[in-house]
Amino acid sequence: MKYIDEFRDSGVVRALARRIGTLAGDLGTIKLMEVCGTHTMSIARFGLRSLFPENIELTSGPGCPVCVSPQSFVDKAIAYCRRPETIVTTFGDMIRVPGSSSSLEKERSGGADVRIVLSTMDALQIAVSNPEKDVVFLGIGFETTAPTIAASILAARGKSIGNFAVLSGHKTMPNAMAALASDPEVRIDGYICPPHVSAIIGSDAYLFLAERYNKPCAIAGFEPVDIMQGVLWLLEMIATGSPDVRNQYSRVVTKTGNPEALRILREVFTPKDDEWRGIGAIPLSGLAIADAFSKYDAEIRWPVEAEPQFIPPGCICGRILKGTAGPRDCGLFGKACTPDEPVGACMVSSEGACAAAFKYG
Amino acid sequence: MCLALPMKLTSLEGQSGVAEQDGVMINVNTTLLPEAKIGDYVIVHAGFAIQLLDEEEARKSIELFREIAEQEPPE
Repeated sequence: MKYIDEFRDSGVVRALARRIGTLAGDLGTIKLMEVCGTHTMSIARFGLRSLFPENIELTSGPGCPVCVSPQSFVDKAIAYCRRPETIVTTFGDMIRVPGSSSSLEKERSGGADVRIVLSTMDALQIAVSNPEKDVVFLGIGFETTAPTIAASILAARGKSIGNFAVLSGHKTMPNAMAALASDPEVRIDGYICPPHVSAIIGSDAYLFLAERYNKPCAIAGFEPVDIMQGVLWLLEMIATGSPDVRNQYSRVVTKTGNPEALRILREVFTPKDDEWRGIGAIPLSGLAIADAFSKYDAEIRWPVEAEPQFIPPGCICGRILKGTAGPRDCGLFGKACTPDEPVGACMVSSEGACAAAFKYG
Repeated sequence: MCLALPMKLTSLEGQSGVAEQDGVMINVNTTLLPEAKIGDYVIVHAGFAIQLLDEEEARKSIELFREIAEQEPPE
C-alpha cells in the first residue's frame, strides 16, 4: 500500500457522490467550509465541486498560512530584508506576497539576501555556514508546521547556534474556527477539518466546536475519496441533527494527536491573541516564542520597525478568508490580480482560494 | 502549505533519515516522531516526519469505501 492511489478510485468517488446527492435532496442550502488550503486545491484540481448537488456549497476557509498572515507580518519581514548583515530565510510561498510597498521577491532583486528553504533545518544550516550574519526565519504555518520550527529552535539551542532567530507568525486553528462559528456574518453548517493540523493536535481538539457551537466536524484526508466521504459524513450529521467530530483520516489522525510534537510545541511556544488577515484579532489563536527561548525570538533579539500599512483598494482577501465572498466576487480577480501580478495574498499562495479558482476555473 | 506526503522511511541514523515515494527521495528528520523506524510509512512535512501511517486503519477505510460502492446502484 502506498496510501495514495487507493484513495483516488473514481468508482468510489462516483458512488459517494450519488449517496451525497440522495441525502442532500432533503436538506436546504448547506454551506460547508474546507478549512485547509490544500483541501481547496485538491477540490479544484479533481473537479469535485461539479459532483455536488446545487444546494451543497463548499467554501474555502482561513487555512492558507500565507493568506492569513496579516500585512503587518509581511511588512515586518520586509523590514528584516532591509536590515544590514541579515539573511532572511523563508518557505517559498511567502516570497511573492505583496506587503504595503514591496515584497520579499522585490527586496531580493534589490540586493537583499532572501533565501527559500524547504525546512527550518536548512535555515539553521545557513546560520551555521554564515556565522557573521544574523539569520531570520519567517515562521508561518499552523500546528502542522509550528512543531518543526520549535524543533529547529531546540536544535539551535542544543548546538549553541547564536545567529538564528524566528519571526513567529504561527497560528492555531481551533479557536479561529470557533471565531468563524460565532460570527453572525459567516454562516457555516459544518467544517472539513485540516487533516495535517489534526495529525498533530488530534481529533478531540474539535469536540468543543460540536458541543458548544453545534458545528459538525469531519477530518478528511486530501485524496478525492477522502473529501467525498468527509462531505457525506457532514451531511449525515446535519441531517440527523447530531453534531460530532468524525475522523475519516484515521490512517493518520488519532484522538490525541502526536504527543512528542505537542510537547515540543508547548515547550517552545506559548499561546497569544493574534491578528488574522480579514478576520481580525482572535483570542489565543497565535503562537509567541516562550520567554525561555527569547534569544531565538527575532522581534526581541533584533527589533525592526515596519513601514505604515497600506491595503490595496478593492482587494477582498479578508472576506474570502472568512467564507463570506468567493474569488469571483472580487472586481480585481483575473484582471488587476493574477498569479503573475498578484494584488492580494489569496492569489499568491498555490493554495489560496483565488489561485485555485484562477488555475482550475 | 500543510501538504504532506506519505513516504516510506528507507534509512535512519539518529534523527536523520531518508524517505521515498515513487522514486523521489528526501531527507527527513524524526525529532517529532521518535517511534519511527525504517520501513514505516510516515507523513512528511517541511522536512520532518510528523505522523505514522496506520495500515490497518487504511485497510478499514478502503473496505468501507468498497462496501459503499457496492451498495450504490450504478448510474
